[in-house]
Order: sequence, then structure tokens, then C-alpha cells
Amino acid sequence: MTEATGDAGRFPVARGRAVVVHSVAEGAAERAAIEEYPVAYDLPADGPLTDQLLSPMWTSSHIWWPLFIVSGLLVVLFLYAMAVTFVRGIGAWGNNIPVAWAYGITDFVWWIGIGHAGTFISAFLILLNQRWRASINRFAETMTLFALVNASLFPLLHLGRPWFFYWLIPYPATTGVWPNFKSSLPWDVAAISTYFTVSLLFWYLGLVPDLAAARDRAPGLWRRRIYGIFALGWRGSSNEWRHYRVAYTLLAGLATPLVISVHSIVSLDFAITQLPGWHSTIFPPYFVVGAIYSGLAMVLLLILPARRVFRLDNIITMAHLSNIAKLMLATGSMLAYSYMCEAFMAWYSGDPYEHYAMLVARPLGPYAVVFWLMLFANVVTPQIFWWKRMRTSVVALFIVSLFVFAGMWCERFIIIVGSLNRDFLPSSWHFYAPTWVDLSLLFGSIGLFCFLFLAFLRWVPMVPVSEVKRLRFELLRGGQVPRIRGSAPR
Amino acid sequence: MPPAHGSPGRVLGEFTTAESMLAAVDALLREGYRTLETFTPFDMPELDDRLGLRRSRIGWLVAAGGFVGMVLAYGVQWWANVHDYPLNSGGRPVHAVPAFLLATFEGTVLFAAFAAFFGLMIWLRLPKLWAPIDEVDGFGRASVDRFWIAVGTTGDASGAGSGGARAEEIMRRSGALHTVGAVGAVGAVGTGRGR
Repeated sequence: MTEATGDAGRFPVARGRAVVVHSVAEGAAERAAIEEYPVAYDLPADGPLTDQLLSPMWTSSHIWWPLFIVSGLLVVLFLYAMAVTFVRGIGAWGNNIPVAWAYGITDFVWWIGIGHAGTFISAFLILLNQRWRASINRFAETMTLFALVNASLFPLLHLGRPWFFYWLIPYPATTGVWPNFKSSLPWDVAAISTYFTVSLLFWYLGLVPDLAAARDRAPGLWRRRIYGIFALGWRGSSNEWRHYRVAYTLLAGLATPLVISVHSIVSLDFAITQLPGWHSTIFPPYFVVGAIYSGLAMVLLLILPARRVFRLDNIITMAHLSNIAKLMLATGSMLAYSYMCEAFMAWYSGDPYEHYAMLVARPLGPYAVVFWLMLFANVVTPQIFWWKRMRTSVVALFIVSLFVFAGMWCERFIIIVGSLNRDFLPSSWHFYAPTWVDLSLLFGSIGLFCFLFLAFLRWVPMVPVSEVKRLRFELLRGGQVPRIRGSAPR
Repeated sequence: MPPAHGSPGRVLGEFTTAESMLAAVDALLREGYRTLETFTPFDMPELDDRLGLRRSRIGWLVAAGGFVGMVLAYGVQWWANVHDYPLNSGGRPVHAVPAFLLATFEGTVLFAAFAAFFGLMIWLRLPKLWAPIDEVDGFGRASVDRFWIAVGTTGDASGAGSGGARAEEIMRRSGALHTVGAVGAVGAVGTGRGR
């Protein structure tokens, strides 16, 4: 035993940290025991668990091909509408003056907002040591990436001459002209390109150990080779994990302020203008909260079917679903508070234009139906999550998510078109109606998202296998068998 | 040709559970073996203190990357809008610091993230699609459900904390599924830099 003491003396710095590690593991197990629902149950041993989580990549399901084809057709529609926009210009859209921004910017703000919950779930929660995020973070991060692909397409299409998109980037051009960094639009370019790049790096780094597992489990030489290349030669050595852990946490830490900054910067596109309905200091937090809210709805819309089709009930449990429902209730309440603040300040400021825009044009104007639908979907429907039965009902979760998904689009529409179509001078008011190109771009972008997401389900490990195995290890070591409470709640 | 037992190199042990692997690491340390490296399917911070691994210093690289990004982003904006093509935009000062801070922040984050990702790749010498250890039978399961230990040994079969046969025996006693005799020289196997 003297030698063991010698070890302790040899690594004095490391000792203290080991204690922390153990208490984290025990804490996770304690929390799992206290919480109503287990974060995982009926977990098989590491080998079968890996095979369970990777099997969708080797076997096709009946429902996958029809969905892939349908979304592929929507992608064709999207491409066609884009081609029309390229050839005929923005005139193919319903935009007019004063409604110079309409569906294009509505879709952009909506999609970029949806992306936010992915980073919120994966980065915010890793920093807060919320281990339940392990099984859903890959879904959420992937959603972020694909939502950002869609989001970045719309402003580019809206340029009018999209083939000159590179003029947005500061490069030494022969014209001698630079982007104007005092305008909010180059801020958008910086924010979105950074957000996409950091999200991609974070996503890929998280994938590396799972790609290594796929490399070592894949049937057939070619799959092994392809996954092997993407796994970069990961072998899971103690030295690799030691640096990986810190780099991954640092990337999470870097992605976290992006959740706040990106939609804040997007909201400045509106807030720094004079337009009633836009010119407000509440916009950055209001947009960020709405973004996370819509993204959480999207996460549920994606994981509820995936959980059923791929039989992931033992890994994505009621603990995850009801936690997301609680987060939706919280962010939805913050959003409702923002709506109230907007209306109150419109009255309290005494500004007649603001008063008209907020308290007359929105509830009673030409888009009143959209406004009331927005209020119902975003404020009323999530209130059912005060009841535990609703938080744990798959059907209720799905329906509310659909409402919020649509309601948040309505909110972006009301903010943009609802404010623009009734500006200062009644003589310049103009009604806006979308054309078929606008509608095709909206539904086509949803199709592109589904298309990419289905491809992800088929070819990329959809659950962070390595993190789930770590979770299983901690549950086991906390004196707890993975089978907590015997059977699955529902 | 794998070198014979007793020559300098590494011996490997395969374990079915993390616990037995940790027990074997402890036993090897007690016996004086110091050049240990493990291969696990998931992150095990428990190993750090045992193997004497310090916290990664990659954070400094990330900080440096962030600083470079910050200077670069602000510099580009200053060069473009203040120096090379001063533009009066709505009567605002030509050098409008608040307006420049947003893209500066984004540039900081972007370059810090690049440093974290590509720094890690360089630090770990990845991608490295093949290493001699991959040729060991069953090593592929290190990414799935098996836990491996690589022990650095010297040629001296009887030396404390250095003999390969002794290390294999310790690992077998701690519950190793099987062990593999000397595989290549230290540093040539696996990812190197075990300590």
C-alpha cells in the first residue's frame, strides 16, 4: 500500500480533480433517481447498444424511401422557384413598395431562429452539465446546420443579383469598394457565416468518436473505408480523449454566445431602422427567446417520429420530452411577456405611429387573422404544458409543436409585413400578397430541410453513441442498473 | 514481424469492462509500470490522475486564435471603412467603434473555433488513418465496447515495471480477456505520447 500512497504523492494535482469527476458521476445518478422519469432505461451492454444506435445506417426502414422521395420532389420545386427568381428577379415575388421585405426575410428570420435551439440544447446544456442532453444533442445540432443552410439561402436570393453574393465579403476588389460595416447587413453576413462554421465544427467534432464506431462496425469494406476517412483515425486513446474533451467543451463555450449574438444581430436589421413596429430596444432578447422557442418545437417535431420509427424509447425518454416541454413553457412565457411589453410601450410612449402600428394595425388591420393565429399558437397552446399529463403525452407534444412551428412563422410575418405595409404615410400603404414563387420557396425550403434530415438519419450516427455509453457507465457506477423503475413510462 | 517477448515495445490487454480495465491500470501502476496508454470507447476522465495526464493546454491555443480573429476582424473593418475608403454613412463618425464591434466579436469566435478544431487535429496528429496498433486482432472494438491498455516495456524481462511478460500476467490477473505480446517499439504504436 505504500506504493499506492506514493502514487497519490506523485500526482497531487490530479487527485483533486478525480474527486470532482466522481461527484459528478454520483450527482448524475442521484438526479436520475430523484427525477420522475429516467434519462435512459433498459440499456443493453455497450456492444448491442452501439449496434442498436448504428443499425438505421445499415438497414433501410419502410417509411424512409417514400418520405425521401416526397421531400426530394419539394426540393425540385424549391430549385425551380429559385431558377425563376434568378431569371425574372425579385419581381417574381409579391414584394412591393413599401413591403420591400416579405416572405424572403420572413423565411430567413424563421429558419435562423429554428436553428438556435440546436445550439442551445447541445452547447448551453453541456456547460450546465445537464447530462440528459446526451441522447438528443445530435438531432438538435443537425437541425441547426440544416436550418442555417435554408436561412442563408433567402438573403442571397433576395439580393436581386444573387450571383454577386461575394460582394458581401470584404476582399480587395478592383473597384476599390468595400462593404459598409456601419450597415446591419454585413453584420448579418459575419454572424451567420460564423454561426454556421462553428456549428459545423462542433457537430463534426462530436461525431468523430461515433464515426470511429461506425468504421469499426460497418458491414462491407467500402462503408468501412468511407467512415474510416471521416473518423480521421480516431482510436480513443487516453491522450486523444484528454485533448478532445477540452477542445469540445471550449467549442461549446464558443457556440453558446453565438446563440445570443446571432439572433440579436438579425434583430438589429429591424431595430436600427425608424419604422414603427421595428424601432425598439426589446428586439434582441425578444428575437432570441422566440428563436429558441421555435427551435424547441422543431426538435420535438423531429425526435417524436424518429423515436418511434427507430425505437429509441429507451434513450429518448419522457425525461427528455417533458424537459423540452418545460423549456417551451418557459421560453413561450418570455415571448408572451415580450408581446405585452411591445403593446404596453406602444401605448405608454405616446408615439402615435407606434400606437397605431401595435394597437390598431396589428389586431385589426389586413393581417389580423395572422396576428390572432400567432397569439393563439405561441401564447395559448403551450399553456397546456402546465399539466404533467400534457408534458408526457406524445400527441399533445406533437400538436403544440406544430402550432408553435407555424405560430413563429406568423410572428416573423407580422413583424415584417405587418409593420411595412402600414408605415408613416397612409398614401403609401400597400397590401402584400405572396405569389406562387413565394409559397414555393417557403414549402420548398421545408422540403430541403426534410430531405437533408432524412439523409442524415440514414448515413450519420443520429445519437451520440459514445456519450450514451458514458451515461450508461455513470448510471451503472452510481449503483444504479440502467433499468430504472423496471418498465417504460408509456 | 512482431518482435518476440522481452524486447522493447508494448504489450496490450483487452478488457470487457471499464472497471476491470481501471483495476488493471491500478495494478500496473503499483508494479511500477509508468508508460501506460488506454483506448476506450468513451471519455474516461477517471484515467487522468492515474496516468498522470495534465489538463490539456489547448485552451491557450484557442485564446490565441480568438485574439488573432479579433485583431483581424477589427483591422479589416478599420482598413475598409476608415482608411482605404472613408464613407460618410448618415453623418456617423468615420471610425464608428460600436458599429465595428459586432463583426469583431464574430471574428473572435470564428478564429477561436478554428483554433480549437484544427489545433486539436494538429495536436493529436490527426487524420492518421492507419497505425500499427490497428493490425492487432480485435482492436477495432476499442471504439465499440472493449477497453484496451497498452503498456510500454523495456527489453529487461525481470526489471520491475518494465517486463512485458510480467505486465501481461498482471493484466490477465485483473481480468483481461486476452493480452497481446510486444507490438512494435514505444512511440510507434497507437497515437504515441502516452504520458
